[in-house]
Amino acid sequence: MGDTLQMLLGRIDPYLLQIIVNIGIGIVLALGLNVITGLTGQLSLGHAAFMSIGAFTSALITIKLGLPFGVNLLITGAVSAAAGALIGYPILRLTGDYLAICTLGFAEIVKVIFLNLEITNKALGLSVPPPRSSIPLPIIVWLVVIIAVILVSFIHDSRFGRALKAIRGDEIAAEAMGINVVRYKVQSFAIGTFLAGVGGGLYAHFISYINPSDFGFLKSIDILGMVVLGGLGSIPGSIVGAAVLSAAPEFLRFMANYRMLVYGGLLVFMMIFRPNGLMGGINFTEIFLRALGRKPHMKTLTEKEKLP
Amino acid sequence: MLLQQLINGIALGSTYALIALGYTMVYGIITLINFAHGEIFMVGAFVGLLMVAKFKMNFFLAMLVAMMVCMLLGVLIERIAYRPLRKSSRLSALISAIGVSIFLSSLAQMIFGADAKGFPETAFPVQQIHLGDADISTLQLLIIGVSACLMLSLEFIVRKTKIGKAMRATSEDYNTAALMGINVNMIISFTFALGSALAAAGGVLVGLLFNAVSFNMGLMAGLKAFAAAVLGGIGSIPGAMLGGLLLGVTEVFGVAAGYSSYRDAIAFTILVFVLMVKPTGLLGKKIQKKV
Repeated sequence: MGDTLQMLLGRIDPYLLQIIVNIGIGIVLALGLNVITGLTGQLSLGHAAFMSIGAFTSALITIKLGLPFGVNLLITGAVSAAAGALIGYPILRLTGDYLAICTLGFAEIVKVIFLNLEITNKALGLSVPPPRSSIPLPIIVWLVVIIAVILVSFIHDSRFGRALKAIRGDEIAAEAMGINVVRYKVQSFAIGTFLAGVGGGLYAHFISYINPSDFGFLKSIDILGMVVLGGLGSIPGSIVGAAVLSAAPEFLRFMANYRMLVYGGLLVFMMIFRPNGLMGGINFTEIFLRALGRKPHMKTLTEKEKLP
Repeated sequence: MLLQQLINGIALGSTYALIALGYTMVYGIITLINFAHGEIFMVGAFVGLLMVAKFKMNFFLAMLVAMMVCMLLGVLIERIAYRPLRKSSRLSALISAIGVSIFLSSLAQMIFGADAKGFPETAFPVQQIHLGDADISTLQLLIIGVSACLMLSLEFIVRKTKIGKAMRATSEDYNTAALMGINVNMIISFTFALGSALAAAGGVLVGLLFNAVSFNMGLMAGLKAFAAAVLGGIGSIPGAMLGGLLLGVTEVFGVAAGYSSYRDAIAFTILVFVLMVKPTGLLGKKIQKKV
């Protein structure tokens, strides 16, 4: 089966395929951060750190153990989630910007540790061999995207997700309602970092060379940009945001030298004209039901959810 | 040895403090993490360098010009990128700030190139002063002196002048200040101007200290200064000074103790530990939250 799939992929322009895979990885990362920042309202500026933990774990599993890629990704995700929970437990007691700077600081610490570890080849970085799997990587990436979207949609509308949204709305009120705030925050952090780890594992095998410096502050900001641009807490938003921001540098490539300049300017203008994100405040359930010709009860569905 | 490292640390720390003040003042007034602040610091360094190298200006004059230019830049950034977003979610403003930051650093890269540039040797004649077994350079004394003067003038402006009173009122309660007839828009612009001027001075001093000015110098310096502001308790002006000095001194001591490859992690490790013990920073006010 692998060969037929490989042949089918061979028909797609390699450059286009590369952009498509980049978008897929971006979606996985953005969905993870969306659970932490969008749903639970905890601003994290260190998402790339968990991505790097995932990337190095996954690369080392392939290099040293040679486990099948599916198992590899699961272990990678679990390691990142464990790291996330371990870090999250003490720092998630902080609120707002104090939490933000702590996650940022933690990300810098992780980067420096990786830069000094023998096993990750210090500042030279690691070359990653191709994954052990018969299915080609682009298809694995998009399978993971589909699973991640289903998982996060499931969380979004579950009892667990409602608890997270209550915490986002008001922590003290949520606590008064009997929600164990710290526990839910750590759990949402673990889910978000699980996805970050898996995204990192995919990234490592796709790029096939990883360096601790690739996962700096700017990478975290890139991912945050996807989430905010798409609309906080919105799953279609994360997908669109990831697609736009992953593809934008490629489409702006014709401007070569002005690329980052335009990108920075675009971020500002997007925020000024759609401060709640591209998909923020759009209710997809309503649009869907309208399209089916079944208008829902307006009052319950059009009320905009309050953003933090 | 100890004295030597202490002086090195204080010199580095006072530049962090200069940048941290801008973060803390802006945060105190509009609760925005102004991520473009590190880039203003970078622009300040470049303007200073340009004035000294191209226009053969006196060093102090060049620093003044850099401060003026950055004041305008700071006010302009607030007008264009933050003011339209004042009513929307804080994260949008944050992303906008990051956009400005990317814009400015890539602009600097386009104009000045990717390699680091140094000040000409004539910019400031460095001499060594021997004090016991410590070697103190006149450059370090200059940095400490200029920073101290700037911080004292800032304290004076904030504590003793009418506009400083208005600043404190606005940071206490934005809406009530507006009702009392304070032109809050003007105060916010003024705060940005003050903070940017301090960052520009910091930029010129750091450029001279390391003899390197580059388009990406703003990122790490900005992050560390932000860490310093949070360490001291964000929103508190003495806190930013204390945080900056503390981070500078510990960083220098850490490097002296042989952890130079962990240099950038030292500041953040201290920050994380302090926040766990004291969640609002060293001099931060304890916030009572109610539903």
